[in-house]
Amino acid sequence: MNQKFQYVLHLADNALILGHRLSEWCGHGPVLEQDMAMTNIALDLVGQSRSLYQYAAKLEGKGKTEDDLAYLRDAFDYRNALLVELPNEDFAYTVVRQFLFDVYNYFNYKALTESTDQHLVDIAVKSLKEVTYHLKWSSEWMIRLGDGTDVSHEKIQTALNDYWEYSGELYTPNALEKDLAAQGIAPDLTKIQPLWEERVDLILEQATLQKPSNTWMQSGGKEGVHTEYLGLILTELQYLQRAYPGAEW
Amino acid sequence: MNTCAHEHLNTFTQQKNMKSNWPLWEVFIRSKQGLSHKHVGSLHAADEEMAIQNARDVYTRRNEGISIWVVESKHITASNPDESESLYDPANDKVYRHPTFYDLPDSLKHI
Repeated sequence: MNQKFQYVLHLADNALILGHRLSEWCGHGPVLEQDMAMTNIALDLVGQSRSLYQYAAKLEGKGKTEDDLAYLRDAFDYRNALLVELPNEDFAYTVVRQFLFDVYNYFNYKALTESTDQHLVDIAVKSLKEVTYHLKWSSEWMIRLGDGTDVSHEKIQTALNDYWEYSGELYTPNALEKDLAAQGIAPDLTKIQPLWEERVDLILEQATLQKPSNTWMQSGGKEGVHTEYLGLILTELQYLQRAYPGAEW
Repeated sequence: MNTCAHEHLNTFTQQKNMKSNWPLWEVFIRSKQGLSHKHVGSLHAADEEMAIQNARDVYTRRNEGISIWVVESKHITASNPDESESLYDPANDKVYRHPTFYDLPDSLKHI
């Protein structure tokens, strides 16, 4: 199995699935300005997934395209972390999910700019600028809602408690990531974890939020074992290509 | 903004009138070529920091600007349209205030 291909797929799937989730807010945002902010972030993520899928298709060497990888794989072939497929629920859950992911994504892309793989470096350099803004956006909303009214504080704390157990998978390396980190291709996640913890602690403190005490973490997404939600996302995301194979517009 | 965003805005404005009390801000953007900031529109935000971010998301999506100013709309003082006669008409019959009033000698080139 082509290890690098699997790893690039993991990055691409994270970006596509979270981008798709955020795009579900389009036209439903709490206010116009935040509706557009979330749609912008969604577009950034889908754009990143395209670059990654194109590279993955090349690595696989079977003549597939980015579209084949996005639209014609089943849920068990997807390698995204579980966190990104969780439902939007309300604005607080969406902000928490985004924040926990953005902190990882920021430090991961930052480290990826020093990969021994030049193609990944190029993608990371471009994506890092976008992700820096995503992290700013989600951090500020964590603080605003946490240090806001009683109602907003309670909502964001509840969302944080509920989604917390999905955060560990982001910075816990699987066998593939360990191998690639040893080769200098992928970032060493054991070095990302303390950076993640430090940033999350800092923002939670400013937001007057309690860090959840549970340390047991969900995992499985990186191995293709997903929640029920991913299948439902793919049903919608892949509908057109499944119903009308090869359709173009 | 494109048409889609305008329709979007109308829906949101209606919702907003019902439940939102974020103040309105006016947004000014300086483009890459421009020397001064130009008024591009308005938006709602809870404070100035959010107003800058919202302006970034709503008005600079297609590389429009390199600098953003925001000011709360209530701080803008506007001239009264009812006074337009007294404010502007007196300039109408003072053609000598315009450079086109003066005849230039033929010997002057490139003007």
